Amino acid sequence: MWEIVTNIIPLAMAYTAPLLIIALGGLYSERSGVINIGLEGLMGIGAFTSAILIKNSPPTVMNIFIGIAAGALAGGIFSLLHAFASVTMRADQVISGTAINILSAALTVYLARSINGSANIQILSGFIRRDIPVLSKIPIIGPLFFSQVYITTILVLAILLFSWFVLYKRPFGLRLRACGENPQAADSLGINVQRTRYIGVFISGILGGLGGAIVITTYAGEFSQNIYNGLGFLALAALIFGKWNPWGILGASVFFGFAKTVADMSKLFESLRNLPNIYFNSFPYVVTLIALVLFSKNAAGPRAAGEPYDPGKR
Amino acid sequence: MRKNKIVIPLLAVLLGFISGAVVMLLTGHNPIEAYAALFKGAGFGGGIKRFGDTLLSMTTLILTGLSIAFAFRTGLFNIGITGQMLMGGFAAVFLGVKLSLPQYIHVPVVIVGAVAAGSIWAIVPGILKARFRIHEVVTGIMMNYVAMWSVYYFVPTFIRGAYDTESKAIGATASLRVEWLSKIFKGSNVNLGLFLAIAAIILVWWILEKTTFGYELKSVGFNINASKYAGMKVNRNMILSMMISGALAGLAGVTFYNGYANNIKIGVLPAQGFDGIAVALLGLNNPFGVGMSAFLFGLMNAGRLFMQSSTEVPNELVPIIIAIIIFFAATSLMLQTWLQKIEKLFKRNEGEK
Repeated sequence: MWEIVTNIIPLAMAYTAPLLIIALGGLYSERSGVINIGLEGLMGIGAFTSAILIKNSPPTVMNIFIGIAAGALAGGIFSLLHAFASVTMRADQVISGTAINILSAALTVYLARSINGSANIQILSGFIRRDIPVLSKIPIIGPLFFSQVYITTILVLAILLFSWFVLYKRPFGLRLRACGENPQAADSLGINVQRTRYIGVFISGILGGLGGAIVITTYAGEFSQNIYNGLGFLALAALIFGKWNPWGILGASVFFGFAKTVADMSKLFESLRNLPNIYFNSFPYVVTLIALVLFSKNAAGPRAAGEPYDPGKR
Repeated sequence: MRKNKIVIPLLAVLLGFISGAVVMLLTGHNPIEAYAALFKGAGFGGGIKRFGDTLLSMTTLILTGLSIAFAFRTGLFNIGITGQMLMGGFAAVFLGVKLSLPQYIHVPVVIVGAVAAGSIWAIVPGILKARFRIHEVVTGIMMNYVAMWSVYYFVPTFIRGAYDTESKAIGATASLRVEWLSKIFKGSNVNLGLFLAIAAIILVWWILEKTTFGYELKSVGFNINASKYAGMKVNRNMILSMMISGALAGLAGVTFYNGYANNIKIGVLPAQGFDGIAVALLGLNNPFGVGMSAFLFGLMNAGRLFMQSSTEVPNELVPIIIAIIIFFAATSLMLQTWLQKIEKLFKRNEGEK
């Protein structure tokens, strides 16, 4: 059993990092009052951009970092479409998010075929797992959490800490959350609701794109149609199960990442082989449904999420 | 205003095709050649089989479009349609593989099975919405993935085909394909589903426009409080709306898996579910409008592979155009402002005369 745990946890951590960062992206958007079901598409844009850049540049660590930064930026720019539709044009946010998902999945594969000749873009250089000095020497915790870690996992945890600080300890975060709870009140206090929502969606695009880039440079190593396998929607589940707050999202992402890894790995381990994979695979969605029922008495989500802000309405 | 209602979807389609042309120009393709090939591949310009394939694609899209439109009209956003369609299709394939009956019994059995599975899958979002006021979009998305992973497990476990990734082929008696239709369309898989879809258009129109039941469903969608005050059973109506929408999704599943295809593959959610959102939006949630927009998207889907093989334009161009059409249809506010500006411009010119 110990062997399974020490084998699975590093893999689960690798899977959790992009899940966590995409869910955090969703947090910024929904806290500002814009539902973002386009996370899957934003992830795909980031994955495609970083894959095509890294493939066509010399394999240095610097270039990999440039690749993931470009992926994040591409996600941010693409998300402005969603912001324009749902904030400026007051369109239905779910419809706009669906359009983002369809457009991203089609456009990236189209461009891959046009530029690359094939829908698959394989990168030859990615991040390598490393032991973190000192910390990996701690007994029990060391081998579990601090050995064979991707540098991107550290980056994601840093962004998590930073997000908590910005959202809950800085005026910007207070304003952003106010726009998601009661935009009329926020407006009356001089906050520019539209601009704040644009920023919220833009950050969600950046983090979604970064998530996709991390997938490419860590465990996937290749862009293809299969990159759209529901990670963005799983992140949405983590956001909801984590009650729209950074630490809840961390817990939910680890929980879901672990379940997903067990589902994928169960064939490799004697003691897990006979467990039907349906339990682990559908676990995140089922527990999210149950959690929604439990939360429903005192709504946990941002109150104004999903409603276009119309200053003329009181 | 009434005029604009029809102008906007047409404008959205036009802008979608123009944007598609821009994408092709930027990637070094010839848009005129590509669009010509797209329409040729869909059977415009000869080839009755190709036209049959257009009708085949249209069949499933009519039903997914109706499912979304019905939910929209009753105030619900049934994004869980994809999972409902998948479960309907799974039930149909399962019954198609496991039973052996004469075709005139087997076909109704798989249809009923698919409709039942689709509406059962839709009960969950329906009840959670009615009882706990949880938004159906969130529950629908979760149910989509529960469906995907259920099929992922059930197919290799119960009806495994040649590979782990797909089921056995259904028995010929469980297929909606019939010889006389295939003969008319020279070997296309166009099937009885087409008549089911047309019947569904009329049925949905009749329920929504001509019955008290439909009036109540729409009323609940329009204003819950007023409906409750008028004595309607609000919660029951919400669940029923969701189930009817799910039943239509299940029907779409049987036309796709037991008509278009003859088995079910694992690990994918059917794209037709999300396309249904585009179909409904463009058809202004009107059953006959849905029929027309399903025809447009059906021909685009039927012609896309021919376009790819004859002009080397990647077939993903079609979903790009569909997504852009959704985008423009969703931001109708923008199009309306444009139209008003153009109208003003014309009026000013007339005034000068």
